[in-house]
Amino acid sequence: MSAKKPEPVQVIKERRDKALSALVQGVPYISFLGIQFDRKGDELTAILPYAEAHIGNPTLPALHGGATASFLEVTAIIGLGWAILWEEIESGRVDPAEIGPERLPRLPKTIDFTVDYLRTGLPRDAYARARVNRSGRRYASVHVEAWQDNRARLFAQATGHFLMPARD
Amino acid sequence: MQIDKLARQMIEALPFSKALSMRLEEIEPGRAVISMPWDERLIGDPRTGVIHGGAVSALMDTTAGATVMARPDGPGITATIDLRIDYMRPARPGQRLRCEAHCYHATRSVAFVRAVTRDEEERDVPVATATGAFTFNKTDKGNTAEAGNK
Repeated sequence: MSAKKPEPVQVIKERRDKALSALVQGVPYISFLGIQFDRKGDELTAILPYAEAHIGNPTLPALHGGATASFLEVTAIIGLGWAILWEEIESGRVDPAEIGPERLPRLPKTIDFTVDYLRTGLPRDAYARARVNRSGRRYASVHVEAWQDNRARLFAQATGHFLMPARD
Repeated sequence: MQIDKLARQMIEALPFSKALSMRLEEIEPGRAVISMPWDERLIGDPRTGVIHGGAVSALMDTTAGATVMARPDGPGITATIDLRIDYMRPARPGQRLRCEAHCYHATRSVAFVRAVTRDEEERDVPVATATGAFTFNKTDKGNTAEAGNK
């Protein structure tokens, strides 16, 4: 009776990080905003480091509503794209070694996106997490929460519907 | 016109609008038009070169907010309460986007705005539409009587 030996943790981590990086690095607008992703298992936290270019109201100063909306939409799309990719990789249907600039993972397309602005976006780093509330064959519904200093005090939240990417 | 010049400076000088190279095309009480050029840094789908929805949201939010700021019966400042965007079709890569917004109603404390964004194929279906609510502080100046707001 010999159970299959589990893969070394480093191999698993490398595979997942490589896949996430392929998903994120391919999108110019994510680099333009400077958004980064922190991965813990399958959970992603998006980080929008403060930049002067994200200001919309210089007198307060406050983040531009468009910068906040962009951050939330990026978090929703990558969150959903990652959930799809995670499933494909862990089931062995997609070999992460094949993912690269030549063969980028497909991303879901936004159908609609609604942002609630709950508080002024302060001139400091912002964080966001997406939750896929429903993911069907064609459509998905995703909720995003964003905060700055306190996880419980959201400064914005959003809900969006997405068209699932066609399988290769 | 001086107000026009002031509004242009105000909107185009906002760091984020500037980063996206937005340009104020038209502004009058309750209506604004702002355009934004296609830029490869704004690409959201590397497979097609289509600009990211977030950049379109930023254009819509700025234009919608400008219509509220341009109301003569308000204080000239506002913040977005909520904004919903519907994406009808991908914006064509390489084309300038043009957003037209109308602030069609304002109560004492809320302004309601609709916006439409098109690319250079102006007769085609719009790229996206939006509806939003914005904070507002109605001043008595230029006030008109409104039902349900007394």
